[in-house]
Amino acid sequence: MGALTDGVLTGSVYALMATGLTLVFGVMDIINVAQGIFVILGAYLSYTLQVHFGIDLFLGLLITIPTMFLVGIVIERAFLARLKGPEKTAMSILVTYAISLVIEGLLNEIFSVNNVQLSASYVNESFKLFGIYLPYIYLDGFLLAIGLLGALYFMLYRTRFGASIRASLADQSAAALVGIDVKKVSTICFGIGIAVTAAGGMIFGATNSFNASTSYDLISRLLTIIVLGGMGSLAGALVAGILMVTLEDLVGVLWSPVWSTMSFFVVLIIVLSLRPQGLFGKQSARVA
Amino acid sequence: MTERSTPRWRQASTAVWLVAGLLALLFPVLEHNAAYQQIGVYTLIFTACATSWNMFSGYSGYVNLGAGVSYGTGAYTMAIVSRHLDPNNAQGGASLFWVCLLSGVAAMVVAYPIGLVALRVRRHTFVVITIAIFFTFQLIAINASFTGGTGGLFLPYIPWNASYYDVPFYYVGLAMVIFAIVLSALVRRSRFGLQLLAIRDDEDRAMGLGVEVGKIKLTGYVMSAFTIGMCGGLFALLQGQIYPQFVFNPLFDISIALMCFFGGFGTLVGPILGAVVLESSQQYLTVQYSNGSLYLILFGALFLVVILFMPQGIVVFIRQKRKQRSDRRIAALGAQ
Repeated sequence: MGALTDGVLTGSVYALMATGLTLVFGVMDIINVAQGIFVILGAYLSYTLQVHFGIDLFLGLLITIPTMFLVGIVIERAFLARLKGPEKTAMSILVTYAISLVIEGLLNEIFSVNNVQLSASYVNESFKLFGIYLPYIYLDGFLLAIGLLGALYFMLYRTRFGASIRASLADQSAAALVGIDVKKVSTICFGIGIAVTAAGGMIFGATNSFNASTSYDLISRLLTIIVLGGMGSLAGALVAGILMVTLEDLVGVLWSPVWSTMSFFVVLIIVLSLRPQGLFGKQSARVA
Repeated sequence: MTERSTPRWRQASTAVWLVAGLLALLFPVLEHNAAYQQIGVYTLIFTACATSWNMFSGYSGYVNLGAGVSYGTGAYTMAIVSRHLDPNNAQGGASLFWVCLLSGVAAMVVAYPIGLVALRVRRHTFVVITIAIFFTFQLIAINASFTGGTGGLFLPYIPWNASYYDVPFYYVGLAMVIFAIVLSALVRRSRFGLQLLAIRDDEDRAMGLGVEVGKIKLTGYVMSAFTIGMCGGLFALLQGQIYPQFVFNPLFDISIALMCFFGGFGTLVGPILGAVVLESSQQYLTVQYSNGSLYLILFGALFLVVILFMPQGIVVFIRQKRKQRSDRRIAALGAQ
């Protein structure tokens, strides 16, 4: 039961980060492998605001989310918008990887490679739920993630701009034909995809100790989530995110924590053998 | 007639190959500094890996970011097998090099089931799956008992004089490079190679024309694992100690891809050029400055510049420039 609770609480945070990733892929055909380092960057931003300016973690999000949004816009304009042609997706992986190397190097220079963790009263104090003690940050983080996901879904399904994003997601050229400015949609989408890492990074940084190289572990999980859910599928990212962490916790409790991380990859391989397009992927991804 | 097939161009390229080959052959004789000799070995290892990687990913368009699986499998095979061999035997330790072949075979054996699963999806998803599988292998290496866990494994020390310790490694590496280049060139000219290229250009159409895409992709994938596995074995032997994050290294995956894109994705010469330039400069920077994060920044920035300004790599960039020049010349002749 404890594992399930933790799975759902932590899983929602992963789902938030993965939603940004799958949105970017769906709309732009870009696989952003820098998502992991952006999460870490977001965490370091919160860390800096807290340590040097004494700004509360949740309050700091009012600064870090717009900052990360702008970072995303600049990167999209400067690098990703230039990619085109049949190898676009492959190139995007390499470009975003290069970006993540640069950021990793910069973070190492600025913050050193020593692990840090965000702390606050709600990180250190616990409450009891279903027989286990959880720090308040898990609950706060869960509420924040759910709130942001809700806002994101509201924007996607209830606003005009959301409709144009979903149209671009379904078919780019058709969207362009009915008068949607796909370029603008792409840029803003990338901004949103990066902006969610500010919140994700803050919660991640408060629940785990991290340094720049933690991003490798993060990105492999996030990529696995979106492949499992089906690339470009928003619902897939949500379900797979929660599924992943829950499964990991369950295996860790019932069997051995050593193998818990692997269980998810095993599920991934099994699912892909049966359903190559992922749980919620479009059928067109299938190849004989 | 295209510019590439003129006799002058062909003579020039033969000359370049000969000079490069001669330099590669004589390098340990000309350069006695052990640090630089070791850079030479690393460069050869990466050249062979990049060439072999390109033979599958470059020709078929399926970018494999899990080449480290083959590399690490090769390295661990070497580590586990060589512990049972005596480095002081009659050939003075050189027989250990033959284990590299076993490393290559092990890498192929591992690549087969991975290919079966991973190649079922289209190329975008394939990239992501290879990354996921790579991390699975890293985890296995960290957690399993036969790999020695995070502490890794020690390999037997070969009793050679330190002053020429790297020389045998250098020539074994060179042999692997030659093997990889010859294999890649043969594939490129064969029917099999054409089928791979057809998959890259348009997989559905290739399938429609009767190419057995599944089988071709799997064969290419498994073939490319062989050389990469051998290189992993050689690397392990050279290092004398391996641990999971060291041989299952995500930077390895991306470096190989970067080298190929830098030189020319899908061309024969591109990966060689990319590996020689990037690996030697990386090693040199590491030796000179020993600052890892500065190197990351430089490497990433350089890569961004190359991708954005020469998206098809140096080799294709030069070819296009040559073609433009010859087109202009032909147009000028026509105008007269």
